[in-house]
Amino acid sequence: MNGIHDLGGMHGFGPVDPEPNEPVFHHEWERRAFALNLAAGFLGRWNIDMGRDAKEQMPPAEYLATTYYEHWLYGLERLLVEKGLVTAAELQAMRAQGRSALKPLGVDDVPKALRNRRAARMDDHLAAPRFKAGDRVRTKNINPTRHTRLPRYARDKVGVVDRDHGVFIYADAHAATGEKVPQRCYSVRFEAATLWGPDARGRDAVYIDLFEPYLEPAEAEESRK
Amino acid sequence: MSDHHHGHDHAHEHDHEHDDRPGPHGAPLTDVQLRVRALESLLVDKGLVDPKALDTLIDTYETKVGPRNGARVVAKAWVDPAFKQRLLADSTAAIAELGYIGRQGEDMVVLENTPKVHNVVVCTLCSCYPWPVLGLPPVWYKSGPYRARTVIDPRGVLREFGVQLPADVEVRVWDSTAELRYLVLPERPAATEGMTEEQLAELVTRDAMIGVAVVRAGGRRGAGAPPSEASE
Repeated sequence: MNGIHDLGGMHGFGPVDPEPNEPVFHHEWERRAFALNLAAGFLGRWNIDMGRDAKEQMPPAEYLATTYYEHWLYGLERLLVEKGLVTAAELQAMRAQGRSALKPLGVDDVPKALRNRRAARMDDHLAAPRFKAGDRVRTKNINPTRHTRLPRYARDKVGVVDRDHGVFIYADAHAATGEKVPQRCYSVRFEAATLWGPDARGRDAVYIDLFEPYLEPAEAEESRK
Repeated sequence: MSDHHHGHDHAHEHDHEHDDRPGPHGAPLTDVQLRVRALESLLVDKGLVDPKALDTLIDTYETKVGPRNGARVVAKAWVDPAFKQRLLADSTAAIAELGYIGRQGEDMVVLENTPKVHNVVVCTLCSCYPWPVLGLPPVWYKSGPYRARTVIDPRGVLREFGVQLPADVEVRVWDSTAELRYLVLPERPAATEGMTEEQLAELVTRDAMIGVAVVRAGGRRGAGAPPSEASE
């Protein structure tokens, strides 16, 4: 989605402004918002890609004017209703109209749930690689209206595959339908000048992790881009 | 993103108490505080979340998981060449030797800084970050300025953090767009030959493992270290 979350390369945001000795949470509500998100996610009615997709639906002006955990809150409320855990009426009134049949994540379940060893990686044999390290590739000029992990600043750009990470759940499909489509994921190196133009620092590069559907072979005669 | 927390003028009411109870300080609960409380009550009443589980989740990431984990990985790599080799060959497995496994760290890639290559990690699209070794990301990592600028002006961002790199050093910016999570292995500073692994771990800051700082032998709280080097 060409959304406001896709910030790479934007100007005008000012200095980074780190806070010295920043606490993990600045407010109690942030703690609760964080934990509610994780606990609700563990119910299994959505996946992490749907979670990101939901947050990306926040209206741009709101996204920029609110803090990080407010984005989480927005996404959570949206998913709770969309995935049928809570009705719109319940959320509107903030009053339960019945109990869920689902079993909540219990205290004793937490350590095991957090010791997750396998996330998006899938078995290697599920998708043969089209590319290998050293291959020149061009990212596609795709502009999907929902979740993708190909940032705008890196579309229709030529890079070199640095490594083949293996097979992973394809984020775009996972967000859209929940289907676990295995796709190869590569680290692709883009020279700064390719991304930002000839004034960019020559020695620097950006490495981006890209699913195979985002890539096609670069034309052989491309020598400069 | 609005960075509400510190150092800004506030025209609107905003509760800066870490404890959100209205009390002697007098500030009423803000909209977002009320909303989160109401949402938690709703989800508890529906039997969808267990408040004690919420407490455990919070405690885990507030007190149990943090950058000291990553610092131990780095220090071990500095003193143990065989571990370093394993760390670079299969980062997930090597980090798992130390027990730092789990959510948002299931597929790790360690990036070695050298005299010729400086690595820095960002997530332009959201806030992807290696939780098991660094804990939860700081606000600046998740905010507009860092996410927008690091890919287009990494040297400018590094200068803000007090890192000046010579022109012949290559800067590599890693945008965490998939489920790989990145940890920078900073260069070991000079004049640390006699130090133990524990002492070395003490020098390693979170910022150095993101790639916006270098590690100094003077230590995290050493004199002359820029403020960002002292922060966790």
